[in-house]
Amino acid sequence: MKQRYVYLLAILLTIVGMSIFAYKWRVLGFPLTADQETPVWTIESTVHFDSGPGSIKVNLLVPTLTPGFRVLNDNQVSRGYGFSLNYGAGGREAQWAVRRADGAQTIYYRVSVFEDPSADQSDTTPPFPPAPVINEPFRTAVDVLVSDVDEQSADVPSFTTLLLRRMNDPSPDPNVELLMSEVESSSDYVSTLTMLLASNRIPARAVHGFPLGGRQRRAEPVTWLEVHDGDRWRYFNPATGEENLPDRFLVWWRGDESLIRVEGGSNVEVDFAIQENHVDAVSIAKTQAAQAGTRVFDLSLYDLPIQTQAVYSVLLMIPIGALVMVVMRNIIGIDAFGTFMPVLIALAFRETQLLWGLLLFTLLVALGLSIRFLLERLRLLLVPRLGAVLIVVVMLMLLISLVANELGMETGLSVALFPMVIIAMTIERMSVVWEERGMGDAMRAGFGSLVVAVLAYIAMGMAWLEHLIFTFPELLLVILSIVLLMGRYTGYRLLELTRFKALAGGG
Amino acid sequence: MFATAKKLREAGVLGLNERNAEFIMRLNPRRLYPRVDDKVLTKELAIKAGMAVPDLYGVIRNQREVRTFEDIVESRESFVVKPAQGSGGDGILVIAGRSQRKRDSFRLASGVLISTAEIEHHLSNIVGGQYSLSGNPDKALIEYCVRFDPTFAEVSYQGVPDVRIIVYRGYPAMAMVRLPTRASDGKANLHQGAVGAGVDMSTGQTLTGVLDNDVVDEHPDTGALIAGLNIPQWDFILESAARGYEVTELGYLGVDIVIDRDRGPLILEMNARPGLNIQIANRTGLASRVRRIDELHDADASPEERAATARREFPAEHGDVSGQNLALL
Repeated sequence: MKQRYVYLLAILLTIVGMSIFAYKWRVLGFPLTADQETPVWTIESTVHFDSGPGSIKVNLLVPTLTPGFRVLNDNQVSRGYGFSLNYGAGGREAQWAVRRADGAQTIYYRVSVFEDPSADQSDTTPPFPPAPVINEPFRTAVDVLVSDVDEQSADVPSFTTLLLRRMNDPSPDPNVELLMSEVESSSDYVSTLTMLLASNRIPARAVHGFPLGGRQRRAEPVTWLEVHDGDRWRYFNPATGEENLPDRFLVWWRGDESLIRVEGGSNVEVDFAIQENHVDAVSIAKTQAAQAGTRVFDLSLYDLPIQTQAVYSVLLMIPIGALVMVVMRNIIGIDAFGTFMPVLIALAFRETQLLWGLLLFTLLVALGLSIRFLLERLRLLLVPRLGAVLIVVVMLMLLISLVANELGMETGLSVALFPMVIIAMTIERMSVVWEERGMGDAMRAGFGSLVVAVLAYIAMGMAWLEHLIFTFPELLLVILSIVLLMGRYTGYRLLELTRFKALAGGG
Repeated sequence: MFATAKKLREAGVLGLNERNAEFIMRLNPRRLYPRVDDKVLTKELAIKAGMAVPDLYGVIRNQREVRTFEDIVESRESFVVKPAQGSGGDGILVIAGRSQRKRDSFRLASGVLISTAEIEHHLSNIVGGQYSLSGNPDKALIEYCVRFDPTFAEVSYQGVPDVRIIVYRGYPAMAMVRLPTRASDGKANLHQGAVGAGVDMSTGQTLTGVLDNDVVDEHPDTGALIAGLNIPQWDFILESAARGYEVTELGYLGVDIVIDRDRGPLILEMNARPGLNIQIANRTGLASRVRRIDELHDADASPEERAATARREFPAEHGDVSGQNLALL
């Protein structure tokens, strides 16, 4: 009956722990390892213009759908302007407005993005575009070109590629030459392309954005062609006809609309600057969690003050030590002094390093024990004797530190980190066992304590584990359930197999 | 390694984890512990139930009363000092007599002299809680020193041999005789180096002994054969042990009995967490006997009936295979 409750509780705890863990890992993207850093690009657009006499309204197209990227945050800086974000036909539009302003004006809009291959935000499927109205002589040129290309292609991608190849032919045919005579800029060129595609009833539009990489003072938006094949949007290089996007291409805006519209101002200029930084993956996950509106993060350790975080990164490893302790005691069957003394010793080892820790601990206990035997001759009462041992331990620690300092051994100073009360109790317990059961038992238990302490130290010192527990404290629930299960483990301890081996032999 | 675990399971060997989880936690409610952990209380309860115990000369309850020690033992030649809440035989002093030559001195069972001041210091330590399970202040008992029965004289070195009986739900399940050795300093505890000898439950005859998990035929100090000794008043001992269940209500109980030359079997103490070495001494698993008791269990059976059941059900299985076991080891 009790057995079943324990199993049930353990399963419940594991499920809760693992599902929070899985959610944070898979959905919120918390990193499993500590050194995971993600590059983050900050794109800053600076709008300069001279203010006119009247009210001013500035509209800037800003990133909306960014395949391959997620927006970490965006913000704007302007002096005295009212700011709003609106959704227009071409996507999101930042709008600044002010009643009046004097002189040259500058407005900043900044967005930080990071790569996320899963961020394939799909746009809606557009309707078939109406056939464009074209005047002669272009009309004939378009018709000939389109029907030509159409005959030699099978579907939308092949049509687009072929069309682009024809348009980019170094020795163009007369129709292309005619069409290209009107083209003055790359965006003109892309609008000509969309017009050509539209006349074959293929939805197409220009996409403008930036190939991200490194630091760019003055980035120029690059125009690419986006064609819908009835199923999804495809990207084409308008200069070569290849179907691809430049590496790390951040889409800033789509369509033929102009990037910026300023009412009541003149000499408008927009500059883009790009900077790449590396940000801890945890902070990206945090931001995403905040955006998703999940409350998981309200309880995050990362929101604690840094010093408290440092304390907890150590404290959270104690359950690991306890787990080691439980395994060693109940599964293996090793004798040790005190229930959790080895775990506390292991904590001290973290500061002193293992070898020094072992050396200092053994030295301290050995010295303490010999003095404890001297005290025994004085026949002190129990509590005063314990007090005396404690004082002696403190003095021994001081002595070791002083000697180490004199010898120039920095590590010797760390002896001060040992939990002195625990050591005093260990010395007392060890001396009682020594007297009652003999040296062998005392040494065996003392050695057992050290073995457990070393194993706990190793387990508690695993950096990946520390990161894992710190980032996903819910895993403690899983550890708790393991400990609960071991609490109902009624099988033999490993060392009992040798202890009772006479019985196994005799059957 | 797993093969060994399987064999042990087949042999019905009880492990520490199983003992703790299945027996002690299930059958021994914590509120009953004081009945066995406080030896003063155990003694009172046993006397009330009409069981024979060593006489209590005096109890020292605090540091102030340590001074009364000399008054308590004034007319006594021999006595035993023990902590009321001690465990595993720790803190017990067996005073065999007074020193002939030195005033204010006593002779320990080992022959070593001990001064009154040293005994008083020991008493202070006991009262201060050095030997108590929880480390809390404790009481010290001064009681009758058992003059043990000559049956075991040949197989004991100095101290007092005793009979440990595991009583499961009121039924005696397994027994062993614990024989002090030089190494155990006269104490009858196996982990201190005493020899344990299994006992045939039906006859009360000793089987071969075990020292530190190894089978021994002879006592390491005296060289006398351990097996084949008949424990006197075995029936009465089994019944007393069975009655321990009525006294303590503990379902998993260890009863320690000494056999006094003059007064017969006396209940020395009872234990709520009896160890598992008894299995090695008998070379029989406890788990299989426990299962049999669960089958036979009758809540209304009297201690005498339960003792009779034990005699009937648990004869020695290893009376003649000790030679084989030695070969295996």
